[in-house]
Amino acid sequence: MLQLEDVIATITGIDRGSALAEAVNGRADIMSLTQQTYVAALHPTDPGGLSYVERAAFACRISVLNSDREFEAHFHNLIGENDASGARIADIGFDGGDDVRLSALIRHVDLVAQNPKNATEGDIKRLQAAGVSDADIVRLSELVAFVSYQIRVAAGLRLMRDLA
Amino acid sequence: MKKTVHEFTTKIPEWKPYVAPLDLSQATPEQLEALKVTPSNTKVSDYVLVLAHDVETLQHRTPLFNGIMYNRGGLSRAEREIGAVAASIVNRCVYCAAVHASRYNQLTKSETVVDALFAVGMDAQIEPRLKAIFNFAFNLSKCPPEANDKDMQALVDAGLSKEEILDLILSSSLFGWANRLMHTLGEPLSD
Repeated sequence: MLQLEDVIATITGIDRGSALAEAVNGRADIMSLTQQTYVAALHPTDPGGLSYVERAAFACRISVLNSDREFEAHFHNLIGENDASGARIADIGFDGGDDVRLSALIRHVDLVAQNPKNATEGDIKRLQAAGVSDADIVRLSELVAFVSYQIRVAAGLRLMRDLA
Repeated sequence: MKKTVHEFTTKIPEWKPYVAPLDLSQATPEQLEALKVTPSNTKVSDYVLVLAHDVETLQHRTPLFNGIMYNRGGLSRAEREIGAVAASIVNRCVYCAAVHASRYNQLTKSETVVDALFAVGMDAQIEPRLKAIFNFAFNLSKCPPEANDKDMQALVDAGLSKEEILDLILSSSLFGWANRLMHTLGEPLSD
């Protein structure tokens, strides 16, 4: 289920042998560490209290909030075709409903992805009150932060690719 | 009594976490390895001890961070700092902005650029190359990202090579990551 090829390279579709590919190859160490962090954020050996489906679904939401169709499709695929609960979490019209934990997680994902400047201590207290452990709060924050980074790297590379 | 810092500054504040940092006495071997804790080096910042709760991402963070900000070739160190500052202004991460604005000032031995960026952001009257760098990074840092072909063309017109543009994309994106941890998991404090 987890894609092992370099996600950014696949999504941006940079032609091998192009001047851009050469520039990216000059930072191959960075791109490789980025891909390793992708695995650590989406499919860690120890997922703690955030399941793989939830991670993929949150990443899909973040992609929608960033208006990035290609990452949205990528993470939707990662949720798995037959996982209705994951698809529901990925829907930005869904706020978690009556599930106190899930509602708190979704609210925080959306806040940190879209408006991190508005985040306060009260937002962390809400997660804690919903029963989310401090370790899971950090895992969730890393997931949102990393996916936000990855989407921006790809967005920048697309603009480079499309230079006349 | 220390107070939360809300305004941008180049005086580096303290950082106080909202969640409990990892208790080193409870750390797993993987956490100790990622923290590079040895008997002679037990000083680890609260920020890194907070991130140690997610050891699998932490172990890549340090080499990734150092590579993007300090590796050889490409964009100058000072201009990479402008990418970091632009993201930190968009995301209002006062702590990250202070650290990286002060590094820019140290590297360039001037405070006028940072003063202007903190005061008026994209309206700052700074040299065209720096303005193109700041504006691209600022727009890329928004959610959704708003950097467009004109912002990219401005970098080319200002004389940036592909290697330099790539380094700018990486440094500003990296701070989209760092700001979302530093600003949401704790707060900057000062006297």
